[in-house]
Amino acid sequence: MAEKKSTTGTTWNCYDANTMSAREIYGRVLREMAKTNDKIVGVTADLEKSTNIGIFGKEFPDRMFNVGIAEQNLFGVAAGLAKSGLIPFASTFAVFACLRGGEQVRTDICYQNLPVKIIATHAGISFGQAGSTHHCTEDLAIMKSFPNMTVIVPADGAETGRAVEACMDIDGPVYIRVGRGFEPPFHHDQNFNFEIGKGEIVHEGSDCTIITCGIGVLQSVIAAKELKNVDGLSVRVINMHTIKPIDKDIIVQAVKETRRIITIEEHNTIGGLGDSVAAVIAESGKGCAFTKIGLQDEFSMVGYPEDLYSHYKLDSNGIAETVREIMGKEFEEDEDWEDEV
Amino acid sequence: MVKKDVTVDKLKELAKQLRKDIIQTTVWAGSGHVGGAMSAADYLVALYFKYLNINPKDCNKPDRDRFILSKGHSAVGYIPCLSLRGYFEKDKLKTFNHFMSPFGMHPDSLKVPGCDCSTGSLGHGLSIGVGLCLGAKLQKQTYKTVVMLGDGECCEGSVYEAMMAAKHYKLDNLIAIVDRNGLMIDGRTEDVMSLEPFADKWRAFGWNVIEVSDGNDMQQVCDSLDQAWNNDTSLPTAIIAKTVKGKGVSYMEDDVKWHYGAIDSEKAEIAYADIEKL
Repeated sequence: MAEKKSTTGTTWNCYDANTMSAREIYGRVLREMAKTNDKIVGVTADLEKSTNIGIFGKEFPDRMFNVGIAEQNLFGVAAGLAKSGLIPFASTFAVFACLRGGEQVRTDICYQNLPVKIIATHAGISFGQAGSTHHCTEDLAIMKSFPNMTVIVPADGAETGRAVEACMDIDGPVYIRVGRGFEPPFHHDQNFNFEIGKGEIVHEGSDCTIITCGIGVLQSVIAAKELKNVDGLSVRVINMHTIKPIDKDIIVQAVKETRRIITIEEHNTIGGLGDSVAAVIAESGKGCAFTKIGLQDEFSMVGYPEDLYSHYKLDSNGIAETVREIMGKEFEEDEDWEDEV
Repeated sequence: MVKKDVTVDKLKELAKQLRKDIIQTTVWAGSGHVGGAMSAADYLVALYFKYLNINPKDCNKPDRDRFILSKGHSAVGYIPCLSLRGYFEKDKLKTFNHFMSPFGMHPDSLKVPGCDCSTGSLGHGLSIGVGLCLGAKLQKQTYKTVVMLGDGECCEGSVYEAMMAAKHYKLDNLIAIVDRNGLMIDGRTEDVMSLEPFADKWRAFGWNVIEVSDGNDMQQVCDSLDQAWNNDTSLPTAIIAKTVKGKGVSYMEDDVKWHYGAIDSEKAEIAYADIEKL
């Protein structure tokens, strides 16, 4: 793998994105960053191993604090560590970060704009067999509603690594959402653009645009390729890895150029990426065909993740089906578009 | 750490002044959590005028002792105390609770000079204190962190999470002070949700516990803080101080109605006269 220069100035070649889970890459990147930045500390609540923050902790045991199964304390302690001048990375499962410890995240961390980096794993429905108690399809809605918080959903492990580096440049709290297992990688090397707050067009197209994040990026690109070959459709795919602040320009551009928008997210369709995109479209004053795919305000089922992704139309087959449906949708033509945008 | 050479009598005078300032601020604010501010006033004065290593002219000096008012609703006692200590002019307290004021019912660390931590939601302060103490030790800083809790606040489960962690990590640089005034909004703590045996709870969690029979007696306050500052164990210290809610004002003392209230000019005059007699 090519050596790369990170946004924080460290250089390394510490993982193979093709064979490691996003969690494992997170742990390794954090460990490497901590070698040159002694302000970095880790905090977890009995999930050193599960979240892989333990990879950092093993190398820096004095800088790793495990508070036991106590998530309210986890985020309060992280706030205190930040107040002492350190940069805490706090890791637990997404559902506990946004709900059990959610008030501490809001009031102790965000209200005081402290530089706590929350790397939450097992997000969405990626912990398939565990069911709704351990799934998390509400975190984006919750975290994006906290002032000062930046919210990132990397597409895969390599992008997780980049996000973990880049979050050091944000002088405030950051929430990075990671899945559970080894979701197939979208990026196969580190030669890709990653800038917080900037969406990326990862597949060009003019008939329709899919705006997605996380596991949806790879699946949407697979679907776009199939739709081109089978249906002759030209489908744009935008990797919207930053949910907040959302990249408004790339959304408005997609509305203007494709007039059909689909959002794909491993989250409740209420409050997540889809609603952020919908708000941008509504504020633009431009009409378009629009569909939100995700969990339709329902608690998730138990099952292996791939079965769940298929059921909720988050895999390439489901995404292709949604694109075919939206191509038949009517929307109001707007002759004055060029004048107004 | 060098404690300031301030006599108990001087501290008593300052506590009287703070109590008057609390009444005055409550009048300016329209209303306030005056009962719990009055019960905590003696510890606030002792900390800010004798024990805490702080400098009002340099709010962010790295080696300063930290103070977290976990019972954040007592801001109407804490913020006037910061003013009395010289962080800002008393005149500014006239804006308390008003539109655009830096001072509200709960302290905001980004707006109140000298305030180390935003608080208000109960059960949060001790965890933040644990984090500060861990950070101080890691960075080889010797400052202490003092967290003041309400007794009613100790119904919150997060307090016990933090208690466990403080002992586990041997945070001998942490001092918790519980303002045990025995009252919460809905009545006596023992009637609403019994806390006793309260000091034993802290002992059971592995803390060095100091019980104070009268936390409104400045001599006892100072004795307990001397003991806490000279903690030679590897344990965190808890001062469980029995106090009187509304202390110093005849019509407020030990009356749950004065958890929160408004004071008109007539009531204020009675309060000032009562405080003068302390």
